[in-house]
Amino acid sequence: MKRPLIFHVFRSSMGLSAALVLGCVGTLFFFLLLKGLPTWGTELFFGDTAPMDAIMGKAPVWEGIWPAFMGTLCLMTVTMGLVLLPGIGCGIFLAEYATPLWKKRVNTAIDLLAGAPSIVMGLFGFTLILFLRRAFFPEANTCLFLAAGCLSLLVTPVLVVNTREALEAVPSSIKLAATSLGLSKNQIIFCLAVPMAVRGIVSGSILAMGRCAEDTAVIMLTGAVANAGLPSSLWAKFEALPFTIYYTMAHYQSQEELNLAFGAALLLLFLATAMVALAKLLEVGHKLFWQGERPSVLQ
Amino acid sequence: MTSSQKTESFFWAKTYVHLAAGLVISSIFLLLVMIFIFAGPALFDQGHRSIFTWQWNPYQGQFGILPMLMGSMILSVSALLLALPLAISLCSLLLTAPRRLSARLIHMVIRFMTAIPTVVYAFAGVLLLTPLVRFSFGGSGLSWLTATFVLVLLILPTMVLVLNSGLKPKLDDLCPQGLAMGLDRLDLLWFFVFPHTKKTFLAAGLLGFGRAVGDTLIPLMLAGNAPQVPMDLGQSLRTLSAHMALVTANEVGGAAYSSLFMAGALLLGISALVSLISRALVTS
Repeated sequence: MKRPLIFHVFRSSMGLSAALVLGCVGTLFFFLLLKGLPTWGTELFFGDTAPMDAIMGKAPVWEGIWPAFMGTLCLMTVTMGLVLLPGIGCGIFLAEYATPLWKKRVNTAIDLLAGAPSIVMGLFGFTLILFLRRAFFPEANTCLFLAAGCLSLLVTPVLVVNTREALEAVPSSIKLAATSLGLSKNQIIFCLAVPMAVRGIVSGSILAMGRCAEDTAVIMLTGAVANAGLPSSLWAKFEALPFTIYYTMAHYQSQEELNLAFGAALLLLFLATAMVALAKLLEVGHKLFWQGERPSVLQ
Repeated sequence: MTSSQKTESFFWAKTYVHLAAGLVISSIFLLLVMIFIFAGPALFDQGHRSIFTWQWNPYQGQFGILPMLMGSMILSVSALLLALPLAISLCSLLLTAPRRLSARLIHMVIRFMTAIPTVVYAFAGVLLLTPLVRFSFGGSGLSWLTATFVLVLLILPTMVLVLNSGLKPKLDDLCPQGLAMGLDRLDLLWFFVFPHTKKTFLAAGLLGFGRAVGDTLIPLMLAGNAPQVPMDLGQSLRTLSAHMALVTANEVGGAAYSSLFMAGALLLGISALVSLISRALVTS
């Protein structure tokens, strides 16, 4: 068979593009590792403050990423507190209760939300505060709670879609058998399907947590600042790892400050990667258990 | 537990599920309504002239955001033009040699790439890529070109995933007969699968474009943020998303805010269009 020249060009470009991407990502990773790993230590987290005092909150940390780290943890906790119940509920609704018409409508809305840029969620929080200031509370200001609210909007699609898919992965033969044994629809959903899908749902939640740890654009507009100390209350400004990286990069004066950003970037990278890996592991296990075959790693 | 108690508990479970769905839907509506309501006055109050012009100069009362719209568009399109061929050839490698070591390595790296936060990409880009660009093109190194390269890395995994899930079933269908006829997997892919999967390519391109338009940190940290239309790849530009971050950070003041809401509404409109079209492509 005679093959056109472009075919041969394409064949050789496959290896080239793979080498290119591997090279870029490898360089990025090892660069961060080489520069970031040496900075890790109590110095990076706590600066000059004694670690125990800093952890107990007795002494403020000025030159370390401890407050930012704690800020990110608080942000993740509050966001998950806000989003878990509605997100999982909406996923169950989509998989089990929605009529075809509603399924289509809700899926479209979720798609819209999933496609919306994260800075638009931040802008949403910003407009909410402006609105509250004009209408009810003149002293309303951007804060941890607002940022968590906007982040929960950002991660809702992740949670909804994963819950829906986890429920849909439960084999229909089980539902059929349960129906023939006389179980009601609600009993099948809440006593069989949901407990069976728990692993997939947990995987979706971990993925959502990873998304909210890494996102910067939302918190930039809703209350992250460079110097706030440990997060003091839901209604106060806060520090967070991604914002610290951005801010340090834009304003650093010395090598020490840049090292701080390196340490924070590596920490954030590890945090995000670990969560995605854990979620993937759970999801693959879930599908392997219910569908009997190993799903493609890429889907 | 008696039977009536059991029905009762399911009543609450059912109510919870419906309430949750209602809450999610209404918050999506609230998001759309708030953004467009705040953007509205920018359209109607001062006439179209002050927002939709080519000059951004807040201290002289010029609040044009067209350069930013243009910046968002050309940056995303150029990133897409680079990323699409790369994604297609990476995906072909994954599909044609699934068991080879190189393909497995690519699998792993692509999965790793989906997990890298965009701020980390931008951070590494500033330190690694800017000096290179500065060396070869002069200037500050913060330019259209720099942001494009890093954006390509950001949108690549999404596009490879979409392509892979669209092309794999078709190739698997053809495989047994095609291989028996003496063609290899790449032949099948090139001559039989590619001509019939224009929709998949389009969907992958659209999703990549959507991610590129919506990203904030990479253009903000790497594109230089000069509010102008760049004439060549070495010049700096400002995107809508970076513009929003800059306006809120500097608190320029009242009139500048209306450009902020307009930029948000434009971004939301573009991304909504992209999601609706790609949804229609995938479901049809």
